[in-house]
Amino acid sequence: MNSSPHMLERNFTTDPERVLDLKALRADFPALHQQVRGHPLVYLDNGATSQKPQSVIDTIRHYYERDNSNVHRGVHTLSERATLAYEGVRKKVRNFFNAASIREIIFVRGTTEAINLVAQSYGRPRFSAGDEILITEMEHHSNIVPWQLLCQQTGATLKVVPFNDAGELDVDAYHQLLGPKTRLVAVVHVSNSLGTVNPVAEMIKAAHQFDVPVLVDGAQAVAHRKVDVQALDCDFYTCSAHKLFGPTGTGVLYAKEALLADMEPYQGGGDMISRVSFEKTLYNDLPYKFEAGTPNIAGVIGLGAALDYLDELDMAAIAAHEDELLDYATTQLQSLPGVRLIGTATEKASILSFCIEGVHPHDISTILDGEGIAIRAGHHCTMPVMTHYGLSATARASFALYNNRADVDALIAGIDKVKEIFQS
Amino acid sequence: MNDMRDLYEELILDHNRNPRNYPKKPTDCNCTAHGHNPLCGDEFIVNLTVEDGVIKDIGFEGAGCAISTASASLMTEAIIGMPVEDADKLFSEVRHLLTDDDEDDDGEHADESVLGKLSVLKGVKEYPMRVKCATLAWHTMHAALMGKKDSTTE
Repeated sequence: MNSSPHMLERNFTTDPERVLDLKALRADFPALHQQVRGHPLVYLDNGATSQKPQSVIDTIRHYYERDNSNVHRGVHTLSERATLAYEGVRKKVRNFFNAASIREIIFVRGTTEAINLVAQSYGRPRFSAGDEILITEMEHHSNIVPWQLLCQQTGATLKVVPFNDAGELDVDAYHQLLGPKTRLVAVVHVSNSLGTVNPVAEMIKAAHQFDVPVLVDGAQAVAHRKVDVQALDCDFYTCSAHKLFGPTGTGVLYAKEALLADMEPYQGGGDMISRVSFEKTLYNDLPYKFEAGTPNIAGVIGLGAALDYLDELDMAAIAAHEDELLDYATTQLQSLPGVRLIGTATEKASILSFCIEGVHPHDISTILDGEGIAIRAGHHCTMPVMTHYGLSATARASFALYNNRADVDALIAGIDKVKEIFQS
Repeated sequence: MNDMRDLYEELILDHNRNPRNYPKKPTDCNCTAHGHNPLCGDEFIVNLTVEDGVIKDIGFEGAGCAISTASASLMTEAIIGMPVEDADKLFSEVRHLLTDDDEDDDGEHADESVLGKLSVLKGVKEYPMRVKCATLAWHTMHAALMGKKDSTTE
């Protein structure tokens, strides 16, 4: 790791940790180096999706130029290359999450599909009237609606853990709501609209005392924090490749092998079977039982390149850099009159939601775009969070490892411009 | 067009700060509809009083961004007192101004002068993601006149 081109020895402080060489990092992401509306792009919409390093783009291109073939089927050279590359990524994902086995790594379209898979394959055959599914008030719609559908199908009831005005989960309420009727807990690791880092390890421990499995929605966490599924002891963990510097249309469901072994397949089709006749079909072994049809081969291989890229870096250094940047941005924004931060939890990661008095977030976003600054404006697929604060939308800046103080300074100058236009 | 002042002209900012016929529901209102833009959460209710095919009074309620609020406010000023069919024609002109691809386009367009103050919305054309903001109140007005209760920009 010491030889990585992206790490610098920190020789100007007493901190022994290496820091990120931001200049070299930024050079790896071609999309960052462009003009938008006459200004250098300032990309602060990483919560929606991250930019991709050249190595990911090159890997996907190489796959289509040289190795393109179907996986798990042919015995010819290209199919062998594609299969080895695809299955090689499963090992990389296992390492990335420190899962116990590659049989616990299921490739899906993204976090949304991973959650739907658990709802339908784990929940649907098991839950019935009187059972409770426990989620939180700060969930993304993709960790609400699949459970509502499951409740309609099974008669189970959805229970919701509230959060306080700082955006911190009411842990006492969680412990009260957790009980003998609870059949599953589904909680977001890092809130995409508030930035709150939830105490998932403590929540998992409490749920396990009632033998309740826990699903953690890691979509917004994996690019910012080291995730060790065995240390967390979570039962299901979900993420999307595209928020992790990989391509869209690919994601991962981690699940404990014992749970997967007992679960029904999610979809039927090719690859998920071991033998088919009209009388009876035998399903394939794990993890293939849950991967029906030709998968997103190029997407998975691209994810592998993204994990290789991250492997050269140090997740702790990334987290430290982003936390420092978030602190800097938070202090700057708090000093601006008329600007209100939404989500001020003690434990936060890389997300800064805000409102400007008298200006709708969409107008903020359009004016910032005129300065080359990309942020997100809207409800961030978390309408219940907006309802909590009595808002229809917020503006959201979200950071990734390649952002720097100059990006934050541009944001602050852009906000000044918004205020100037609207106060004229 | 990179100057934000071309989009956020003073007239738009003024109608956003002080929307006309807002919040208002005429006492003898007989046409009303609720409009929603799921993308950004803008929501308006457009209330009209129509007598003998003429829009006698109009007001709107709800909340949205500067573009949608100003467009709604300007709309109420433009169509009050207008025959219903003229209001629909004006809607068509506004859509043409904003998009150039009005699906009901018959190729016949009056010059910009019929738009009057509404031509201030032309800057929105440069921002395709915001066109639905500018047309929300108009779709809602149209839905109200057609006797529909709800309208969305989706």
